[in-house]
Amino acid sequence: MNHLSRRRLVTAGLATAAGASGLAVAANLAKRYGLVPPDAGGLYGPGETLTYAAQRLLTRHSLAREFPPSRISKPPFPNEVYPLGDEFQRLRDGAFAAWRLTIDGMVARPAAFSLAELRSFPRRTQITHLACEEGWSYIAEWSGVPLSYILDLAGTLPQARYVVYRSFQTFWWDSIDMADALHPQTIVTHGMNGGDLPVPFGGPLRLRVPRQLGYKSVKYITRLTVTDSLKKLGKGLGSAPPEGGYAWYAGI
Amino acid sequence: MRATHWITTLSFLALLVTGVEILISHPRFYWGETGNALTPPLFKLPVPASRATVPTGYGYVLPDQNGWSRYLHFQSAWAAVFTGLLYVAWGVFTGHFRRNLLPSASSLSLRELSAVIAGHLRLRPPGADEAGSYNVLQRVTYLLVVFVLFPLVIWTGLAMSPAIASAFPAAVTIWGGQQSARTLHFFISIALVLFLLVHLVMVCLSGFRNRVRAMITGRPAFPEERA
Repeated sequence: MNHLSRRRLVTAGLATAAGASGLAVAANLAKRYGLVPPDAGGLYGPGETLTYAAQRLLTRHSLAREFPPSRISKPPFPNEVYPLGDEFQRLRDGAFAAWRLTIDGMVARPAAFSLAELRSFPRRTQITHLACEEGWSYIAEWSGVPLSYILDLAGTLPQARYVVYRSFQTFWWDSIDMADALHPQTIVTHGMNGGDLPVPFGGPLRLRVPRQLGYKSVKYITRLTVTDSLKKLGKGLGSAPPEGGYAWYAGI
Repeated sequence: MRATHWITTLSFLALLVTGVEILISHPRFYWGETGNALTPPLFKLPVPASRATVPTGYGYVLPDQNGWSRYLHFQSAWAAVFTGLLYVAWGVFTGHFRRNLLPSASSLSLRELSAVIAGHLRLRPPGADEAGSYNVLQRVTYLLVVFVLFPLVIWTGLAMSPAIASAFPAAVTIWGGQQSARTLHFFISIALVLFLLVHLVMVCLSGFRNRVRAMITGRPAFPEERA
């Protein structure tokens, strides 16, 4: 330890102080510009925050790749679905005529839309890649109403920061920030590969978020809630996946 | 800067364990953009899976550890990337790469190379002249690991990300697609594991205690003093 001179001590001290204050400034900036994900607490918070912040800075407006029809996967892979129950079967028997998508929370005009209404809205059709966190993937043509159109119809208030979406399967709920909610490729999907969206793939209604992994594209959606905070929902981690140990932000 | 070696070691071990956990949720590999349980794989690993939807031929399903594995995999990747950047900046700034890793032209001659390889094959212990520097095989291997394998494993990892693919599509299509990137990520990881094994064997063969002391304290190896 005879190498430890006063100069080295002072240098090391200054470097540590600069590093610590640099981190504090970075944390403050990240918070101010909405670069901290809701599951940032805990052991893996630093990694998640770095990923989310880096991608929000680099990919905020990027468009998911779209493919020609020849690239559509035959057959696509429907992941396993938990039993949907009798009530779903009754709705299905009625051709989902009674299915409603409600929108509430921080909007000027809360509303509920039927499938027929949603089908009459402007439609976006896109051939995109769906990748599961497990490692498998497929390409399909998805068509539906841009979420931004529905948000405009309902009149999103300026303080909105997230859109929460819930499934008919009440244990499934998730949320996205406004960058993804207003993204042109985020669509409330009712069609797939030229037909209605089949039930195994989330029919009658699924939110497709093509810039994130498959689990963010929740099946059987029934309700959208616009909010400025996710703290009071569930365990306050932003969505159901972090409560089961999976990241809220799945753009990786 | 020796600390970067050990931070990288820790990160790599975490990446390896969590990588295996993520892999067994779908131990099948594909080439191109897409692949799933309904499409023929390029090859599959003869192991059971942690998901019931994967046809493996085994009658049971392994416990699913994907959640924390994914969190830890990406956090360790960040740690490895920051440490790697620090190490590379230091190596360039101090001339470490030029001085200690870049092999000299003469050492790359066929005669010199075959002499070093023959010495290794005969398991001849390194001479005193080698105590303070790396031989040509070490230099080439370390350069390959630092400047080829690590960048490639990071790149192919990022190429699997849907958000990165949207922002930098060429970084994905150059590999032939996201499933190709996943397959390459697997093979590059295997190459890194092989390097780790050889590295460990070499440390043991060349005198474990001296080498590890040198790796931790930075003092060069010297003959055992203790009787």
